[in-house]
Amino acid sequence: MTNSATLEAVSIDQDEGNFSYPEAYEHDAGYGLSEATVDYISDIKKEADWIRAFRKKALKVFFDKPMPTHWASKDLEAIKFDKIRYYLSKGQKSTRSWDEVPDDVKQTFERLGIPEKERKYLSGVEAQFDSEAAYSNVKEELEKEGVIFVNSTEGLREHPEIFRKWFGKVIPTGDNKFSALNSAVFSGGSFIYVPPGVKVAHPLQAYFRINAENFGQFERTLIIVDEGAEVTYMEGCTAPKFETATLHSAVVELVAMKDAKIQYITVQNWSNNVFNLVTKRGMAHENAEIRWIDCNIGSRLTMKYPGVIMKGRKARGEVISIALANDGQHQDTGAKMVHAADETTSNIVAKSISVGKGRSTYRGQVHIPKHLKGCKNNTECDALLINSSSRTDTYPAITVKGNQHSTQHEASVSQVSEDQIFYMKQRGLSEAEAMSLSVNGFVNDLVREFPMEYSVELKRLIDMEMEDSVG
Amino acid sequence: MSTTLSSPSEFMTQKQTAAWFAAPPASQSDGTLPEWYVSLQKQAWQRFLELPEPTRKNEEWRFADLKKVRFTELVPASPADDSESLVKRAKESRVDAFAAHFVFANNRLVHAETDGLPEGALCLPINEALAKHGDLVREHFLQEKADLGGKKFAALHASATLSGLFVHFPENCVCENPVVVHHFSGGDMAATFPHTLVVAKDNASVSVMETFESIAEGEQSLAVGMVDLDAVNGARIQYVALQNASESGAKHVQLNSTRVGRDSSVKSACINLGAAWVRNESINRMVETGADSRILSANLASGIQEYDQRTLQSHEAQHTTSDLLFKNALYGDSRTIFAGLIDVHPGAHHTDSFQTCRNLLGSDTAEANAMPGLEINADQVKCSHGSTSGQISDEEIFYLQARGIPAETARRMISLGFLNESIQKLDGEELKENLFEQVKRKFTSL
Repeated sequence: MTNSATLEAVSIDQDEGNFSYPEAYEHDAGYGLSEATVDYISDIKKEADWIRAFRKKALKVFFDKPMPTHWASKDLEAIKFDKIRYYLSKGQKSTRSWDEVPDDVKQTFERLGIPEKERKYLSGVEAQFDSEAAYSNVKEELEKEGVIFVNSTEGLREHPEIFRKWFGKVIPTGDNKFSALNSAVFSGGSFIYVPPGVKVAHPLQAYFRINAENFGQFERTLIIVDEGAEVTYMEGCTAPKFETATLHSAVVELVAMKDAKIQYITVQNWSNNVFNLVTKRGMAHENAEIRWIDCNIGSRLTMKYPGVIMKGRKARGEVISIALANDGQHQDTGAKMVHAADETTSNIVAKSISVGKGRSTYRGQVHIPKHLKGCKNNTECDALLINSSSRTDTYPAITVKGNQHSTQHEASVSQVSEDQIFYMKQRGLSEAEAMSLSVNGFVNDLVREFPMEYSVELKRLIDMEMEDSVG
Repeated sequence: MSTTLSSPSEFMTQKQTAAWFAAPPASQSDGTLPEWYVSLQKQAWQRFLELPEPTRKNEEWRFADLKKVRFTELVPASPADDSESLVKRAKESRVDAFAAHFVFANNRLVHAETDGLPEGALCLPINEALAKHGDLVREHFLQEKADLGGKKFAALHASATLSGLFVHFPENCVCENPVVVHHFSGGDMAATFPHTLVVAKDNASVSVMETFESIAEGEQSLAVGMVDLDAVNGARIQYVALQNASESGAKHVQLNSTRVGRDSSVKSACINLGAAWVRNESINRMVETGADSRILSANLASGIQEYDQRTLQSHEAQHTTSDLLFKNALYGDSRTIFAGLIDVHPGAHHTDSFQTCRNLLGSDTAEANAMPGLEINADQVKCSHGSTSGQISDEEIFYLQARGIPAETARRMISLGFLNESIQKLDGEELKENLFEQVKRKFTSL
């Protein structure tokens, strides 16, 4: 069938997030980026001097660093940094009650079903609208146990003794051009602290929404989970379809202290004009575990390589990733595993599906330095090609020093075989149903890793993306 | 408040270093070489001067130790003093059943035996071929434009006076025994430029085995070799390069490019035992339906040796296949780099392409880097790559010890068997045995 039919199938699912409200902002940093922009943001937030200095230093790094186009997609050159607005807010204070949220913002999140989901199965929610959070709440009993769940401005202002120590430490400002950009103009995001021994039973969720055109969202998330504590964090992202490109460039830092566990789940469903360039990394101390579960369905170009630095003995890192690239999309995702202590283990399982003219790329790095013992890595990446114009690439890099480790990497590329489709059609399924079933089977073992509500949603999304894409 | 934002564009920062060569490494033309070739040499020299030295910013040189790539004041190798003894060495290590045997020492032919060649086959030094069969050579000579990072080396090679063979098998010309070639090089800061061009026309079958050795231990020398294999229609080529140069000082660059035509099959193997630093690039293009390519390598690295290997499997037509198997055994402080790419072009449907790199780490300070890559632009494709790094497990050693084999011997046996898997995929029993013995010899010296 034609690609336009495929496109039609795509638009169904993305319509869910494809609406916007008129722009009426109290604070607008204007177009373009300079020191004045940074000052403007810092002034509004009434930030401490050290944060302002941190931002300015980062801005310089951002200007100095070249675009990574010598290895990354040339599409990055399409980002016009001087045509982007770096800070937009309605002057909203983040509130604990949905009633106090401004009407149009509330309607946005109601259409996306956030309040309903909170009642059903979440321990806490933060909803960010453009640059600032509109709503954040955490269940009372968790608060009593000392769990902190606030936005970045509040976190640095109210709890510097907890957050300053790790802020910008897992991902240094100069890690890459976009982490430097984020460090200069960050706003919003979640700062979470879980005290020793507290196991948060239900997930905490953040929802990121871009409403304005030519806007850049730069949230900053820092999650610190103290000894023996556990937390699951989920984030969802959407934006309406605009004519021009929008930029989303987040920095997410996780710190898992001894014996702690963090599970970070992302379902990214940006519209097809968003550049999604995100730096995510976690640091796992002794016997701690960090799992990134990452699902990328939307955006024009996503470049995201969640990483884990295994700093303590027996630390574990895991990245589970599903990417679906449709017409006009490039999902450049992967993982980075740095083994820095004995007996650390890491696991990467990445599955990608390319539909129509979509392109999916796996890019990975595994590093096991000298003089460590008993490190293990397993990497699997599987790609499924649906149409003859679909494209997939795999670029892993694995460095092993010393003879007391074992690594394995495997990748395969395949397509839904004609035999399979024929078999299912014979039993009365339509070609589209058969294709959907095959694709769902391909990602099924990973989808099961998502919480129940998400996995149902994911299956539905995949079904819709696959409709009429046979051909 | 809007200001324009500019970030410096990506450019190569190039430090001015002493030149590799003061003048083109080509001897004065005696007028017998065709004009097109002389002008090609001149252009190549210009290109060499203009091209920047490799930098780590370039993905194609990622992980490479660039200190080893900085050369200064190299000179073309001068004639070897005692070619008699080199010929004797070559004769001792060659296979018994061969079609022809050529020995080159420092870029010059010192020995040739051609009695076993089938009728119609051309097999002569490349410079002689340029003079006598200029048009035939031109058709196939340095036609490959793609590169995997070694552009500057390729330009240097093309500007130099070459040694090595032109092998041309016409239609239906078949010979099972290999053409054997030995290249010796020596002299401090001496550079040699071995070139091998193998053409197998329709339904022809040819096998070539080359050995690269140093004249003496410990001399700083550089060999920049290029190998072109062209299998036209229904043709078969097997090409084996055994590199066993001096571990202390010799640097070896070999750029292979293989073109596989309709229903043709090519096996090419690289076996590295010697040299301080080695860069192998292997471009394999399956250009017509039914093309099949096997790319093999077995490397035994020890001491401070660095083996840097980059490969491309380019599928450019429907129903083509390729299979790559690289095995590295690492000891001491050695390093290996494997970067492979499978590139399936748009429209190259029904491609089967596989790529495997296995590293066996035998010491705590060895380092193995693997970058297996895939780029797929077609449908109905079966592709996979795999890469593993590990050590010999205690269970395996225990199993052999329980059968009365000492631990040291057991380790050697397993490592040998590990490397032998690549060698066993080649054709010709005697050739395989010869290669195996040479690998074994290095193991005994470890």
